[in-house]
Amino acid sequence: MSRFTPPATALVPCFHCGLPVPPGRRLEATVDGLPRAMCCPGCVAAAELIAASGLGAYYRYREMPGATPEPVDARLAAELARWDAPAVQRTLVRREGGLCLATLAVEGMRCGACVWLLEQRLRQVPGVSHISVNLATARAEVAWQDRSTGLAALLAEFHRLGYRARPYRPEWAEAARQAEYRSALWRLAVAGLGAMQVMMYAVGLYAGAVQGMEGRYRDFLRWTSGLVAAPVLVVAGGPFFANAWRDLRNRRIGMDVPVALALALTFGASLLAAGLHVGEVYFESICMFVFLLSLGRFVEMRARHRAAAAVEQVLRRAPACATRLRDDGDPELVAVADLSPGDRVLVKPGETVPADGVITSGQGWVDESMLTGEHWPRAKRPGDAVVGGTENGESPLEMRIERTGSETVLAGLVRLVDRAGSARPRLAQLADRVAEVFVPWVLGLATLTALVWTWIEPARAFWIAVSVLVVSCPCALSLATPAALTVAAGALLRHRLLAMRPHVLETLARATHVVFDKTGTLTEGRVRLVRAVPEPGIGLDESLAIARAMERRSEHPIARAFETGPAPACGALPRLESVTAVAGRGLEAVIGGVRFRLGDPWWAASVVRPGGDDAASRMVGTPERSSGGAAWVLLAAESGPRCWFELDDAVRPDAAATVGALRALGLDVRLVSGAGATVVQGIAGRLGIGTALGGMTPERKLEHVREIQAAGGVVVMVGDGVNDAPSLGGADVAVAMGSGTDLARARADAVLLGERLEALVSAIRLARRTRWVIGENLVWAIAYNLVAIPFAVAGCVTPWLAALGMSASSLLVVLNARKLQ
Amino acid sequence: MSIVFVLIPLAMVLLVVALAAFWWALRNAQFDDLDSPAVRILFDEDEGSVGDRRR
Repeated sequence: MSRFTPPATALVPCFHCGLPVPPGRRLEATVDGLPRAMCCPGCVAAAELIAASGLGAYYRYREMPGATPEPVDARLAAELARWDAPAVQRTLVRREGGLCLATLAVEGMRCGACVWLLEQRLRQVPGVSHISVNLATARAEVAWQDRSTGLAALLAEFHRLGYRARPYRPEWAEAARQAEYRSALWRLAVAGLGAMQVMMYAVGLYAGAVQGMEGRYRDFLRWTSGLVAAPVLVVAGGPFFANAWRDLRNRRIGMDVPVALALALTFGASLLAAGLHVGEVYFESICMFVFLLSLGRFVEMRARHRAAAAVEQVLRRAPACATRLRDDGDPELVAVADLSPGDRVLVKPGETVPADGVITSGQGWVDESMLTGEHWPRAKRPGDAVVGGTENGESPLEMRIERTGSETVLAGLVRLVDRAGSARPRLAQLADRVAEVFVPWVLGLATLTALVWTWIEPARAFWIAVSVLVVSCPCALSLATPAALTVAAGALLRHRLLAMRPHVLETLARATHVVFDKTGTLTEGRVRLVRAVPEPGIGLDESLAIARAMERRSEHPIARAFETGPAPACGALPRLESVTAVAGRGLEAVIGGVRFRLGDPWWAASVVRPGGDDAASRMVGTPERSSGGAAWVLLAAESGPRCWFELDDAVRPDAAATVGALRALGLDVRLVSGAGATVVQGIAGRLGIGTALGGMTPERKLEHVREIQAAGGVVVMVGDGVNDAPSLGGADVAVAMGSGTDLARARADAVLLGERLEALVSAIRLARRTRWVIGENLVWAIAYNLVAIPFAVAGCVTPWLAALGMSASSLLVVLNARKLQ
Repeated sequence: MSIVFVLIPLAMVLLVVALAAFWWALRNAQFDDLDSPAVRILFDEDEGSVGDRRR
């Protein structure tokens, strides 16, 4: 028996996209005069294009590796060509004076160098008169002359460089986010500039309080302070009042209630003080307070927007046009928005299913990995339901549309994710809970102070109560967490982990268990030819050559495994007389007058005459060959079975190191997979994972996660498919692979960008340090309040002391957070 | 000291001007993309030659 296994990898990262170059690959491209290792033809094409365009500087200036380009093959070109249809362009392309203008949504941009690369390259395309790319919104504005180039050609140019571009559709909520961002920034500016001004006046007032100052100057400074503080309170403080009012109407006390109360009382008291020439003014405290709080909210908003934008990328996957069949059977190209239930639609090979419906004729494979994360396409025949956004395989399908637009499965999933994303982060909820306890105490204390001072010195009672309120404003407390989280999120991104929800760091630090899904996380999620076992007396090379020749004619993902697998030594492939693909079974070909089958062992063996079934049962029954998880494919000729091929997923090169490091951090690492128990145990053994469970359904996976949680564990789940979605949703932190399905990424709390599992280890270390820093911050903030409140109650806190204390404590908290960088 | 009665209103006028300028910038998308312009300025000459010139 001859066998081969892929050699142990010496990891060379691809010069273009940074992925490890598969062993045995010798792809190179010349950039800046040096040959560079490449992982796939797509990267070679992109790198050569960049070098040939004189844009090699991109590689020197980029901050992280680019996205892996998919080669622009006939299929992609055909898909893109549909954007040139006038019916599709009607709503997406504007025409102004001989120029066409379109807004494109661009995926895959990672740093400023990407922007530069795209702009420079597109400007070189004849006919393009203007392009500007926006990294923050991931959009590009393009103008071109219709005579010289077309939309499809421009889109293909994006793809060649490794980005995905689609015309932007206005129904996306980005405009709303932009408006929210702008108004938040405006409030921040008003509060910031106002606070600076009032602080300057306040310094004058403090100096006056120490040295003595004429009444008219003092009153003038007080009134100007009030004049500046009023717009700050109204513009920047507005949302706090609105939220507090909403909370009160719902009979709740959130963080905004004490904030609003303190702002209103302090402002009222300060006005009174200025008007009556008694007591103290606190306008500078108000402004600083509003500014610091707005800053915290601004940070929170940015995190929320990033998560929402990720969800929208999923929506962008839905196609914009479809081939509708008229009643007389003639096809016409229409925009997907114009489809309605009952329409008959033709889905050509390689196209994306436009909406939910049922197959009416034709059968073939549909790639549902976007939904299921399953890398094997599903067989579909008339009567089967298909979901919009999934990808048709190699045969044309005719379907009847049942649901469109917002009623589709895809839209529903996106809504679900959106709702989960808009839920308030747990930390903010924690702050609310603290407020619920804190507020009655502070109010009680202030009232008590006022009462006691009424006995001692009635004239000062009110002002001392106000100073208690000002001092106890939880400013440093409210900044303690967001400040640390913001700095840490930036650091996290440098470790190539994108946190989509604000709670990620907090929960990662508490994690006790890491649960991996096998496919696509610890393994690469790509089918590979692992072993070839020829039958006795049959040559390995000959079998490989036949199999490769047959699979060349197929678009099934298995075909890629043969193409990228070990090459037959004999070189030339046999000539096929005919090839037919049988859905769900495999391929049948005639070579030199002999029928060959390659595919499902039972089906393939039945070509053997006589007694094919016997041969199949004998072979399939062999335990080694029927081990679960890995798929066995049989090549058989009429004369008898020829060769067995084992197809499996290769383990990621850094998986073992990651597992080891996680265990060293004291985490319980588990492997929970839908694959067969033997395979899962095998992988777990190799990687040093103690607990490995195979044959798990999505429900069982979720159950397992819940069991760990019930025992007090905090679970980090790493998955890549939406079949992991239930357990991802149930886990405390869900981490998706950057290469995973879009819906999994949208569901996840965090995304591993670089395909490097080790990023998870550094992320957990960082999270633990962040937790420590947050702890320090909280202790400091609480200690400050505990120390300051008694002084305020005793009537020893002057306004300048209160403002100084508050600013200093807030500053300290922010500076402390910078340690995490 | 009575100069403050002139200087402080003057400062407030400047504050209003600053806020108006910020408002204008905000409305004109000056703050929409804070990442790429910072890098673009490094390159925005003849394509590709910046790196060579630096050497």
